[in-house]
Amino acid sequence: MKSYSKTTPYLFIGPALILLALFSLFPIVLALVISFTDIDLAGLADYANISFIGLENYVNIFKDPIFLKSIGNTLFYVVFGVPLVIACSLGIALLINFGTARIFKAFRLVFYMPSITNVVAVAVVWTYLYNPQFGLFNYLLGLVGIPAIPWLQDPTIAKGSLIALAVWRAIGVNMIIFLAALQGIPKTYYEAAQLDGANNWKQLTKITIPLLRYAIFFVSITTMIGWIQFFEEPFVMTKGGPLDSTTSVALFIYRNGFQLSNFGYAAAGSFVLFIAIIIITMIQFRLQKKDTDF
Amino acid sequence: MKTKVSDAKKAYRTQQWIAGIVLTLGGLLVAIPFIWMVLSAFKPESEVLQLTPTLWPETFTTENFVYLFENMNFGVYLKNTIIIVLCSFVGLFFNAMAGYAFAKYKFKGRDKLFYLVLATMMIPGQVTMIPVYLILNQMGLTNTMTGVVLPGLVGAFSIFLFRQFMSTIPDELLEAARLDGASEFRVFIQLILPISKPIMAVQGILTFIAGWNSFLWPLIIANDESLYTLSVGLNLLKGQYGGNFALQMAGSTFMVVPIVIIFIIFQKHIIEGYTISGMK
Repeated sequence: MKSYSKTTPYLFIGPALILLALFSLFPIVLALVISFTDIDLAGLADYANISFIGLENYVNIFKDPIFLKSIGNTLFYVVFGVPLVIACSLGIALLINFGTARIFKAFRLVFYMPSITNVVAVAVVWTYLYNPQFGLFNYLLGLVGIPAIPWLQDPTIAKGSLIALAVWRAIGVNMIIFLAALQGIPKTYYEAAQLDGANNWKQLTKITIPLLRYAIFFVSITTMIGWIQFFEEPFVMTKGGPLDSTTSVALFIYRNGFQLSNFGYAAAGSFVLFIAIIIITMIQFRLQKKDTDF
Repeated sequence: MKTKVSDAKKAYRTQQWIAGIVLTLGGLLVAIPFIWMVLSAFKPESEVLQLTPTLWPETFTTENFVYLFENMNFGVYLKNTIIIVLCSFVGLFFNAMAGYAFAKYKFKGRDKLFYLVLATMMIPGQVTMIPVYLILNQMGLTNTMTGVVLPGLVGAFSIFLFRQFMSTIPDELLEAARLDGASEFRVFIQLILPISKPIMAVQGILTFIAGWNSFLWPLIIANDESLYTLSVGLNLLKGQYGGNFALQMAGSTFMVVPIVIIFIIFQKHIIEGYTISGMK
């Protein structure tokens, strides 16, 4: 029985689909087109000023030392950030899941809290904590006799400081995902293992981790995509400095697009980023497939 | 044999304690930025700039908060943020409508359109940032509230969650309502939405949080300070009053504390939401 008219479903999906098409799908095509042009503020004012320059943006961007540096920085974020996020959120999830007392439920809240807070507010707070003179971190270090650390002033330490903040924010969501997965593992597996005399470590490495494989895979993909698009933390805290040592690819794109108004050039950068994300995701899916073959 | 069992029990209890202690230390570490932020917000500027920091404010003051509203435009930022939050609930309604249609109607191209919706989740924000700005510019919407709100109004993930939930509603229920002569839109408003309360709660809270925290689009689209949101205003404050940490902490507290309160009230829904969405 079909009592509704043919157009009804389209009326229901209409508003959402039009908005998605206009602000998600069409922009991709547009981004690709303008990445082959030299559109800037003059081009924005009068489209006659725009000319097609072929692959010039793409050629130039790979000669741009700041872009190359931002790729290096982004790789640094990914290489250190992804394992840290997985290790911290999985470790906390395991501990919370292990606990039987009521208080362990409250820990979920505490560790989840940072992920819902405003990134700008949090970045402002951490900038204060990191302040070399008045910051809490250096004061605490001073109490135990460690000399002040230039948290945001030294190129390498600054990257680490930003990672610390982002890991702090990323733990919550991923911890919840791991907890949900942990609760899905049947208790009988552990009981059987205990009868066979397997210790905690054996149970963890032989039962828990293998059964969490899908959750770990999911978290590693989303976390990696997140780190590749790392933007707000360096934008608010360091503006990409010192000497562009914390500039991520996303920040590079923003700066070229909205501060220097080189829209075409920035669009080319964003496409490089897009392709990198697609390739990395595909590689991860490949690896995952190989894994499940066994 | 008996001692072995009690030994194992003892070891187990010790392990529980160790887990609890490790988590307490970790939790404290995670909470430090919050605690420090709130406490510093109530200190006068001179106290924040002391070389030996005080934990508890020696002189308790609310002048930082007063300054935010009297000498900066935090009232305007707050108003704009609330407008964005309200508009994003309209977006939430659109998402629910689309999710319902994908779940409960059969129509030509349904699956293809749904995959298209899912595909938009893969697109990184940086790719659409510049073209969306150009599109809004072409529509004459830069530096307007409409321009700030429109790009983030609907979201594929939310449509997906609504569809997942609404597919579990039995068809017979809809048929019965239709037989009673209810129009399709009425069925949706008066039957589907009330049934979908659990998913609505989760999505509503997440929408509120996202709207309250919105930063990137207001930053790009709004040139006028009169259109700034709290996040953008706070970023401005950090630039203008770089050395006044007490004021910065007051601004941050003002942004973070409402969200934390809402989160604590509704935390059950949020954390359960991950189970509803089937992220296992």
